[in-house]
Amino acid sequence: MPKTVALTGNSACAQAMRQINPDVVAAYPITPQTTIVEEFSTFVAKGLVDTEYVTVESEHSAMSACVGASAAGSRVMTTTSSQGLALMWEVLYIASALRLPIVMHNVNRTLSGPINIHCDHQDSMGARDSGWIQIFCEDAQEAYDTTIQAIRIAEDNRVRLPVMICFDGFIISHAIDRLDLLDDEVVKKFVGDFEPLISLLDTEKPVTVGPFDGLYGYFFEFRRAQELATLGSLPVIAEVGKEFGEVSGRHYGLFEPYKLEDAELAVVVMGSTAGTAKFVVDQLRENGVAAGVLKIRSYRPFPAREIAEALSGVKAIAAMDRSLAPGAIGAPVFQEIRSALYDNSARVPVIDYIYGLGGRDVPPAHIEKVFSHLAQIAKSGKIDQVVNYLGLKE
Amino acid sequence: MSWDIKSIKKWKVADHPVGSTIPVGGNALEYKTGGWRSEQPHWLEDRCTHCMICWIFCPDSSIQVKDGKMLGIDYDHCKGCGICATECPKDAIHMEEEEK
Repeated sequence: MPKTVALTGNSACAQAMRQINPDVVAAYPITPQTTIVEEFSTFVAKGLVDTEYVTVESEHSAMSACVGASAAGSRVMTTTSSQGLALMWEVLYIASALRLPIVMHNVNRTLSGPINIHCDHQDSMGARDSGWIQIFCEDAQEAYDTTIQAIRIAEDNRVRLPVMICFDGFIISHAIDRLDLLDDEVVKKFVGDFEPLISLLDTEKPVTVGPFDGLYGYFFEFRRAQELATLGSLPVIAEVGKEFGEVSGRHYGLFEPYKLEDAELAVVVMGSTAGTAKFVVDQLRENGVAAGVLKIRSYRPFPAREIAEALSGVKAIAAMDRSLAPGAIGAPVFQEIRSALYDNSARVPVIDYIYGLGGRDVPPAHIEKVFSHLAQIAKSGKIDQVVNYLGLKE
Repeated sequence: MSWDIKSIKKWKVADHPVGSTIPVGGNALEYKTGGWRSEQPHWLEDRCTHCMICWIFCPDSSIQVKDGKMLGIDYDHCKGCGICATECPKDAIHMEEEEK
């Protein structure tokens, strides 16, 4: 029987890790991720899991230990945030290039400076081209559910790539939320046994991992093969989300359309703000405004064709970016959305709203402001300002 | 498992193994690194006592040995680091500039 509990997002993820029972966890604590590894290490100490817990001296070492353990044939998990993810950066590329199915939480926190420990998505954005699958979560339930699904996605033979589960620091990680936990046995059965493709410890079948492309020049072809695997994970993410729905009653897709079918004004958003946007949409609908939300779940790979189709009927779109890309035309979500829509036959006006940097609050009134701006654009057919800032004192 | 890389320069995207993992071990033998050398070791057989110190120290397994006797140097893999010449107690290995 599923158990309804009140837990923080971090505790929920620690519970998911306990149920998955990975062979190796190598992690370094960093705010706001700390309580995941803190709780998980108590499970190790109490003997509730069989995990070899490697205490390392930095996140660079954490990811390096994960790469080694995964190449040795282990099911490997880790967690990080912000500066920790930044310190892992060069090893992230090794993990994806070696096609190692490591699963990691990145509890979203901004990057310094000035030093700030609160939420935005700039840490994940720094790793968006690292070859990792990136899935964003709206609440503690999704963070828990996605942790379990991520194992299946990463280890699928059509994928074999590392997966980063992204969820908002403090807003999801530290707030106590109501959620349902699956039975331990259900999770164990859902994730199944790990069958590694290679094992450095198997002396009967020796392999060479991470060879040098010195003089042969196969790098370009190899990278394209890696890109194909990333794109090929889209149907797997959808399949696993559907299968998870069958065991839990909670179905997941590549993205979540909310009242989008007949919507004229749409907001595209990732993370906890999707919940606020849905609340605002419900209120606007009561006043006869045809508003809708598209919540991105799989950001890497980006389901461009599917999203373009889902947004094809609307009159004006706002992409919500919890990050900045200095010197670019808008921030990453906007760039992705506008690019995905370019191939649609009808040109829909798209604007960018940069919001919530360094944990700046996003109350419903701010989202209402975005929808009023969209209504004005839909009416006039003209974009007054492409890149906008929400809740900024200027 | 066999690993034939004779035509690797013509391999297409789908021909590469997952993660570029080579499905065999010990394949460094097929990768000739002798071309990296700028100095070449020369073995003076009459001074050699076959003590095997060069064989122990060589980082590239390039000292050729059979039945406890030194036979010569594997120039296909020797990178010319000179450790053998430095360690030899009988001065039986000399480094000379690699001929162009």
